[in-house]
Amino acid sequence: MDRLTMIKYVLGVVILLLTLGFPLIVTQPSLVNFAILVLMAAQLGVAWNILGGYAGQVSLGHAVFYGIGAYASSVLAAKFGLSPWLGMLAGGVIASLFSLVVGWPCFRLKGHYFAMATLAIAAIVEILVTNWDYVEGAIGISLPMNTSGWAAMVFTRSKTPYFYIALGLLLFSLAVSWIFKRSYIGYYFRAIKEDPDAARSLGVSLSHYKLIAIAASAFLTAMGGTLYAQKELFIDPGSVLVGSLSIKIALIAILGGVGTLFGPVMGAVVLITIEEFTRQMFGSTGMGTDMIIYGGIIVVIAVFSPGGIAALFAERERAWRARQRRVVFNPPGEGI
Amino acid sequence: MTNLTVTLLAQTVASGLMIGLIYALIAIGLTLIFGVMDIVNFAHGEFLMLGMYASFWGASLFLLDPLVTLPLTALMLFALGVLIYRLVIRRILAAPMLSQIFATFGMMILLRGVAQFLWKPDHRTVSHSLVEGKITVLGLQFGTPQLTASLGAVLVTGGIWWFLNRTRLGTALEATSIDREAATLMGINSQRMFALAWGLGAACAGVAGALLSTYFPIFPEVGADFILIAFVVVVLGGFGSVAGAFWAGIIVGEVEVLGGFFVGPAYKTALVLSLFLLVLLFRPRGLMGKA
Repeated sequence: MDRLTMIKYVLGVVILLLTLGFPLIVTQPSLVNFAILVLMAAQLGVAWNILGGYAGQVSLGHAVFYGIGAYASSVLAAKFGLSPWLGMLAGGVIASLFSLVVGWPCFRLKGHYFAMATLAIAAIVEILVTNWDYVEGAIGISLPMNTSGWAAMVFTRSKTPYFYIALGLLLFSLAVSWIFKRSYIGYYFRAIKEDPDAARSLGVSLSHYKLIAIAASAFLTAMGGTLYAQKELFIDPGSVLVGSLSIKIALIAILGGVGTLFGPVMGAVVLITIEEFTRQMFGSTGMGTDMIIYGGIIVVIAVFSPGGIAALFAERERAWRARQRRVVFNPPGEGI
Repeated sequence: MTNLTVTLLAQTVASGLMIGLIYALIAIGLTLIFGVMDIVNFAHGEFLMLGMYASFWGASLFLLDPLVTLPLTALMLFALGVLIYRLVIRRILAAPMLSQIFATFGMMILLRGVAQFLWKPDHRTVSHSLVEGKITVLGLQFGTPQLTASLGAVLVTGGIWWFLNRTRLGTALEATSIDREAATLMGINSQRMFALAWGLGAACAGVAGALLSTYFPIFPEVGADFILIAFVVVVLGGFGSVAGAFWAGIIVGEVEVLGGFFVGPAYKTALVLSLFLLVLLFRPRGLMGKA
């Protein structure tokens, strides 16, 4: 273990401890809420990254899985009184099944075509749910907030418990992502991403592993959707199924660095900071200044650092190792 | 079927045709850009929006009708398209597909923000329009602005087709879209062709915006209503095919209004998107796309 790796581990532990203690140090509700937003965004980016980053299948319709998670748990809670913890699992299972049904035909498509198919599917589901009376259509579902506490996953007094749920969900997603990255499946994913024809000629079943990727990604995304529903206690198609949400989920991972373990987390920190900052500073004016800055930064990053934030760090690391006069091979897709 | 139903159906088919021709023009701009350089422009609806605002300002500041300022609108959008190519797109030609998607997507948000900053989020309409009222042909009623807009769209589409197939510059553009390297070897400056494609693509959307501005409300997010439809038209027609986009535009217009008529207006977009998925899955190269 060299110095850099050690620094990384120490830094990781320090960041984890600081995050764990964050609500104890910072008590300002708006800052805690900001931290929750970052954690939730990071979790979605990590989930998207399994499909879009490792397996290279760019989805622009992840809001559909998020919406399924939010709607499944909310309908089960509001109509059948089921605990949202079980609802979260149910949402994940339904989203996974749905992802398999749509993934099976769509995985024949490549590049732009797959991305556009996911975009279309998400838009269709949004329209159908908006016109579906059983789930209250465009009006949306309000969740009962009479029972507060861990069993009901409703916390009315302080938002801090949501912080820990979001953190737990993020760590769980990172663990899943790490397992995928390190296991043989991760290598298959990378082979499928880099050269699908070569992968197939070596006997890797493309559709089989793409389906594994989308099912896992959908499950985790749906869990995030349930958490959102419990935090806001109100969902409607405009908040959990809307197309701009799909793009935002993808953007988190892309901004941070596609195909890296911690890239989406960095992307979430940067994106949510920009978003909230510009909204606080300029949003209330209704002048669109927040959109100008937000859009401008996206363009600049896409143009000047196509590999995302993680690529900047990876470059530094390569340079540092080169200075240590040690030749290190960095396989493609390996960020930090 | 009673006479009334027949008339109603004919009326519906006619309005589908009229809006379809506008969709075709918007999509032709998109498909030109894609065909020449394999980049999907998510900010295309914003070109349309800017074309609408250009017409609006021409009408409210100088009392000029959108149809009068249309050539100017086209020129302005052409310049904007070339500018965006020079500033942004040229730098991401070799970048991964993801960064390309997000560069144009970021531009979409940026342009919407600029529109909101300059012109507020209000809905606006052009008041003094040369074309107003309705005319009746063969017992069918047509809104004059809608009819003029679709006729204008046909003319511009025909012009683009003529340019691509009958002029030296247009042929060079086509050649670049078929085989960039071979075209370069023949002495075609592909950078210039790319800039031309962006200029023309933006101008098409801008003209469509100017035509729409005589009867459609103008607001910063108006592009969102059209971009998804434009994608559908491009895929249905075949990526990069101008003639394909023309026919596909009409088909999509018809599916939309007939779907709204038979199934319900709430589901018309869902029907169009379902058609899109079916085409993607069973004939991904579209009606007239290159195999």
